[in-house]
Amino acid sequence: MNAYVYILGMFVVTLAIRVLPLMILRKPIKNRFLRSFFYYVPYVTLSVMTFPAIINATQSPLAGAAALVLGIVCAWFGANMMTVSATCCVIVFVLEFFVA
Amino acid sequence: MAMTNREAFRKGFKAGIPIGLGYFAVAFSLGIAAKAVGLNAVQGFIASALNIASAGEYALFTLIGASATIVELILVTLVANGRYILMSCALGQKLSPELSLGHRFGVGFFITDEIFSLCVSQEGYLNPFVSYGAAAFSVPMWSLGTAMGVIAGEILPVRVVSALSVALFGMFIASFIPPTRKNKVLLGAIPCCFVLSFIASKLPWVGDLSEGSRSVLLTIIIASALAFAFPVKDEPEDSAVEGKEVTE
Repeated sequence: MNAYVYILGMFVVTLAIRVLPLMILRKPIKNRFLRSFFYYVPYVTLSVMTFPAIINATQSPLAGAAALVLGIVCAWFGANMMTVSATCCVIVFVLEFFVA
Repeated sequence: MAMTNREAFRKGFKAGIPIGLGYFAVAFSLGIAAKAVGLNAVQGFIASALNIASAGEYALFTLIGASATIVELILVTLVANGRYILMSCALGQKLSPELSLGHRFGVGFFITDEIFSLCVSQEGYLNPFVSYGAAAFSVPMWSLGTAMGVIAGEILPVRVVSALSVALFGMFIASFIPPTRKNKVLLGAIPCCFVLSFIASKLPWVGDLSEGSRSVLLTIIIASALAFAFPVKDEPEDSAVEGKEVTE
């Protein structure tokens, strides 16, 4: 399948997700299970997408693992998104001097 | 006293500058992922300009790499970008009931994690031009960053690419870790997600699925289990407007 089909496919679905509730619904979701489900979805998805993928993204799995641990520590202590990302990059860059 | 549209746009634009700079860096690493599955800079630019979603686009690129089916694409999009449903519902509460459908569409189009947080933190009804102003700088930066990532991914030494490829994961980490400080359920759930995700990648049948589909499967199972075991507390009327949820 052509790459543009994927790109447009995601565009259409994402646009519907973003725009339709805002245009149709003017009240918050009442169902408690659904609200809870939607509350947990972003955190679960992002963490599932991060591990073990981060370890396979780098040349050396060890560097990826170190980036994960350090990123978590930085984020825990309140570093912003840019700092966490930069820290992850730097640790991989430095560690791969030694292990790759 | 309501702001004029011009003032609202300017306000949004100012707030969009740091957002845009952050976007550029993260989109750059997204571009490297796009390049890895064979996309060119134009395709990367278009994918980012239309979708404006880090996790979603990352999933998109893995799907392209895996030659996934359309059904997979739709499912993965629903899960990776599903949080925008909630944000859209919440933002709907921030808009004047008289606001035209065209502006409702416009505000919805630019919902990202960052622009959403900016919009919900505005006082009173949201002037849609705050959202447009924020998007005016940050969305082009997001798209440009992706295109640059695709191009530079070819030029840069492999070690630099390797280091930059974790920037995106850094952003994911920065989104799911801070709430765990206040929410014990999430604090326990995140390590479980890691373990389950790792096990799933090694299992005979599930491990053969594409990364995107595996994420969908895991997310639906884990988020349902959490919603069942630890439903979020019913909130007062207006806290949905602030986009905050409390579970204790």
